Amino acid sequence: MENSSIIKIEKLVKRFHVGKTEFTALNDLSVSFGRGEFAGFVGPSGSGKTTLLNIIGSLDSPSEGEVDVLGRSVSSLTHKQSAKLRNKHIGFIFQTYNLLPVYTVYENVEFALLLQNLSGSERKKAVMDALEWVGLTDKVKSKPAMLSGGECQRVAVARSMVKRPEIVLADEPTANLDSKNSHHILQTMKNLNRELKTTFIFATHDEKVMQYLNRIISLEDGKVVKDELITDSKN
Amino acid sequence: MIKFIFKGIIRDKTRSLLPVIVVALGVFLTVFMSGFLRGVFGDIADINAKFTTGHVKILTHAYAENENQVPNDLALLDVKNLMGKLHADYPEMEWVERIHTGGLLDVPDKNGETRAQGQAIGTAVDLLSPGTNEVERMNIQKSIVKGSLPVKQGEALISDDFAERFGVSVGDEVTLFGSTMNGSMMFKSFVVSGTLRFGNTLLDRGAIFMDIHDAQLALDMDDGASEVLGYFKDGVYNDIKAQQVEKLFNAKYSLADDEFSPQMSRLVEQEGLGDYLALVDSAGAIMVFIFVIAMSIVLWNTGLLGGLRRYSEFGVRLALGEEKKHIYKTTIYEALMIGIIGSVVGTGLGLGAAYYMQTHGLDISYLLKNVGMMLPSVYRAVVTPDLFYVGFFPGVIATVLGSALAGFAIYKRKTSQLFHELEV
Repeated sequence: MENSSIIKIEKLVKRFHVGKTEFTALNDLSVSFGRGEFAGFVGPSGSGKTTLLNIIGSLDSPSEGEVDVLGRSVSSLTHKQSAKLRNKHIGFIFQTYNLLPVYTVYENVEFALLLQNLSGSERKKAVMDALEWVGLTDKVKSKPAMLSGGECQRVAVARSMVKRPEIVLADEPTANLDSKNSHHILQTMKNLNRELKTTFIFATHDEKVMQYLNRIISLEDGKVVKDELITDSKN
Repeated sequence: MIKFIFKGIIRDKTRSLLPVIVVALGVFLTVFMSGFLRGVFGDIADINAKFTTGHVKILTHAYAENENQVPNDLALLDVKNLMGKLHADYPEMEWVERIHTGGLLDVPDKNGETRAQGQAIGTAVDLLSPGTNEVERMNIQKSIVKGSLPVKQGEALISDDFAERFGVSVGDEVTLFGSTMNGSMMFKSFVVSGTLRFGNTLLDRGAIFMDIHDAQLALDMDDGASEVLGYFKDGVYNDIKAQQVEKLFNAKYSLADDEFSPQMSRLVEQEGLGDYLALVDSAGAIMVFIFVIAMSIVLWNTGLLGGLRRYSEFGVRLALGEEKKHIYKTTIYEALMIGIIGSVVGTGLGLGAAYYMQTHGLDISYLLKNVGMMLPSVYRAVVTPDLFYVGFFPGVIATVLGSALAGFAIYKRKTSQLFHELEV
């Protein structure tokens, strides 16, 4: 796994200043991910899951240690390079969907591609492909307010996948969904992982998510306490 | 991306409606007030030019020093000669002579005894010469309430107000009492050919309008005039040209040691009109400046509030790989679009309102009953070509400036903080 790692984290420390005190969110953490993994960080609130996703997604930088994503050292990236890395190679899925409310489903998905120099026809094909993956081709003109929570999250999945990223980071993607929609979303993501070889990394404490993961990394107080491969996960 | 931004502005009313309203309102006020101020001050200058100051005015030095007393004993003489020189030296201008006088207007009964008397301000202009422009310039024909213009010497027009007060009808005879240029008593009877109302209290209070030849005869002012006025033939005052004419004339004819020598002064040098006209320009500039500052502050705050409301949106966009610089640029583009929309709406409304006020005006005659200044009784706006941009550019600049200031907040936030706030 080490040789084909697309994410490599070594001795990562992340500290936050809270007033005059210092809070260590991640403490000497090392872990790596290979291409096509369907893995997740699990642990209680405050264990450092979201912080870790932020650093992998180059939204935040390490205090100490080394984080390489797709061969780039996160701590040495400029703002512009970080933005480019996210735009081309990393997709995000959030707990609260965070769709842009004034835009249609189609436009929400298309937005990520507007930042790339793609032609209109290329964008259209990519958007329709992404919406087909999540089964929402009949909702292209709908606004987020007209969709259910499950549909919104499927739009968010399509938005994260439309640019065919190597990595998708999903932070509590099922927290606002009921059981049926959670399974639907997870199944969709698992299919995409299998078909496109996209690496999915979750931050979750949802048992339903854990059932689908092929690898579960347990965090506690900013440290990896368990890293196990799951052979009997759901398809 | 521009299309994407435009859709956002159109669909998200909370993002666009308030700024558009603020900009449109500010631009509307700027355009309308500019047109209105210019119209009002222009009217004041225009009415004064037509009735009292001309575009340039020639008086003797001595008359000029006591002009308010209408000292006809110090009036210009040898006017025919002077007029000939003026026509020859300055053919681009029209020159007219006028006489002002004051006195009592006596209204006799059928026995010839005094029935009523009132103070009168006499103005003598060229009413009878073929091709005279004085009737049109002073809007005399349209101001006639009853009767008609004098058609021969010995006829005069009196103010309708005076006629009403003293029961004078068209065709009645009235006598003007006063003093001649030499200080002798003057009596001159006129047949009232008509009554006038200019809509200006000063003129309407007790005016008698007569032909200048009648006045010259009555006042012993043969070949004399209180003043000679010059008007540019296009009717528009041009201060640069007026300065040239004034400089040349005074250099040639005005003698400092001869109090009866003529001296020329421009419109802006009389009756404080220069200050009025300077005020128009200053007021316009100050108004635009205040507008830009005030609108920028309002729109800055609107932008800050919008920025807070769109925190999530900016966070998502950063997460999707948009650069802060790009987000900042798009907010500027949005502001530009909002500024243009608001400014177009505001300019349209302002022009519409100014046009309405140009057509209908604001009648303030009831406020001017006891006012002695030469003021128009109907205030009108004037629609000029510069109104099309006087509010437009400040509107756009204020919007972009406000948004640019508010947008700095984007740079102050850390990417990770934006992302954390997504998870609220």
